[in-house]
Amino acid sequence: MIERTPLLNIVTHVILVAGALLLIIPIWLAFVAATLTVAEVNSPNVHYLPGGELWNNLTAAWTRAEFGVKFMNSMIVAIAVVIGKVIISAISAFSIVFFNYRLRMVFFWVIFITLMLPLEVRIVPTYSVAANALYPFQTILDATGISWLIAQIAGVELSLEWNMLNSYTGLILPLVATATGTFLYRQFFLTIPDELVEAAKMDGSGPFRFFIEVLLPLSRTNIAALATIMFVYAWNQYLWPLLIITDRANYSTVVMELRRLIPGPDAIADWNVAMAGTLIVMLPPLLVVVLMQRWFVRGLISTEK
Amino acid sequence: MQKRAYFKANWLAYLFIAPQLLIIFVFFYWPASQAMYWAFTLEQPFGGGNQWVGLDNFKAVFSDETYWASIWRSIVFAVLSTGLAMSIALVLALFADRQLRGYRFFRVGMIWPYAIAAPAAALAFRFLFNPQSGVFAYLNTLSPGLWNPALSGVDAMTAIIITQAWKQVSYSFIFFLAGLQSIPRSLIEAGSMDGARVMRRMVDLQLPLLAPTIFFLLVINMTDSFTDSFGIVDILTEGGPARATELMVYKIYVDGFQGLDYSGAAAQSLVLMGLVILMTFFQFRFIERRVHYT
Repeated sequence: MIERTPLLNIVTHVILVAGALLLIIPIWLAFVAATLTVAEVNSPNVHYLPGGELWNNLTAAWTRAEFGVKFMNSMIVAIAVVIGKVIISAISAFSIVFFNYRLRMVFFWVIFITLMLPLEVRIVPTYSVAANALYPFQTILDATGISWLIAQIAGVELSLEWNMLNSYTGLILPLVATATGTFLYRQFFLTIPDELVEAAKMDGSGPFRFFIEVLLPLSRTNIAALATIMFVYAWNQYLWPLLIITDRANYSTVVMELRRLIPGPDAIADWNVAMAGTLIVMLPPLLVVVLMQRWFVRGLISTEK
Repeated sequence: MQKRAYFKANWLAYLFIAPQLLIIFVFFYWPASQAMYWAFTLEQPFGGGNQWVGLDNFKAVFSDETYWASIWRSIVFAVLSTGLAMSIALVLALFADRQLRGYRFFRVGMIWPYAIAAPAAALAFRFLFNPQSGVFAYLNTLSPGLWNPALSGVDAMTAIIITQAWKQVSYSFIFFLAGLQSIPRSLIEAGSMDGARVMRRMVDLQLPLLAPTIFFLLVINMTDSFTDSFGIVDILTEGGPARATELMVYKIYVDGFQGLDYSGAAAQSLVLMGLVILMTFFQFRFIERRVHYT
């Protein structure tokens, strides 16, 4: 559409530039702080242009928070959550959309309801499950008398235990237990025409083959989007790791270590090192989002439909 | 939309959905019901099971003034940060949607803060907000002691609200822009033929058509502000000064995991769940409505 609105065009550009600056300036200042010396960062006049200490500060932050192992942990957790989520959501959505069985809608709602309560909201009870992930089953067996039966017949006291505190599984599994992915796939699967299913059936394809050879190639965009969202989500977890990881030397993640970088009240405030650490923590999800930007936006939006 | 073509092998359907059901049973439904149980019982100090205490935990929680203060604070935090983030995002999306030169650059430029972890953003803002050498130190040169989030509760609340809003802008922006771009071009053109200029079309045409998106984002952002807030509060203010920024999730953490009052924390969790469900209830209605729309 062609309109001549020279004044409004200038206003538009001004607003957009202001908005972009608003989003960029805090991180820019953090970046600049990460390139300064302690003396410079603590001087009362704010620096707007970077200095030359970036590398030193980065290495200082890296050693102080012992990022080596933790960076690895964050990577393991984020990638495992991505893989688990992409696979589990895909097959459960496939089951809900392409089969017609009695409990279908029940299952759908059972899964959908989990969208309502994020992990942070039900943190106390989830923590107790993580201490023994098999406890729900133990209780069920006790309540139904099966464990009594086993005790009578085999003479063994049944006690199931699987402690997830201080472990990768404890960091990963509760993050996989949400419905975002299932919902995303379902919305996409519903747009696949019936004809495609019928054609596949006519060609003699079973459900499994249809899933692998037709559905998965078609959902590449969705998979890319879900992977991006989940990587960011898993990498950025803070409260959950804080609770279940006490063995910080081996299992903590980089986001957890941010706290250690806060300058104490007594020592010299070395904000330059703290900001360098922040940059390290921010970088991986940022890279993923910028690289995957195209698919990620498409995927986020299709959840809304 | 209803499908008509299905596969027959139902055993495979059950097999495929089993992992998902198993994992949400263990990590979602069980814990949620467990919280229900704890909220009505009191754990014995020396073991020996839980004692049924009825509504006592809730009475204790609700008669605690600091709890009411934390609810009130969470609501102020949710409303202000959501309002701030959404209005900024809406204005930016409306103008970005004009698709003038450089539009693509802005689109990318406004999406990336989505990737930043709440606690990482909080640490960056803690630096910016610090009263000695941060950007906000300028305020103190105008009048000494004007800005100090470590001492003034209002300043600390302002700090966490700004941080949360900053972090939420890009998410809302993505949805607003997508909503605007799904409005048929013919409608906009019809408007302009009838003599509506750009601003007029924004206010009278695009904004009303965007209403479903606005509502959706309202609910999402409010829920997010309840859950995301932990990282921001913990890094930026640690609940202080003098509990001035102790939001609901943070209080659950402090009472349950530092004060070891599981029953009280479970009751608090239940109240929080109720609140979030209440808010999400509207979202469900909205999604239903949207399904009929398209």
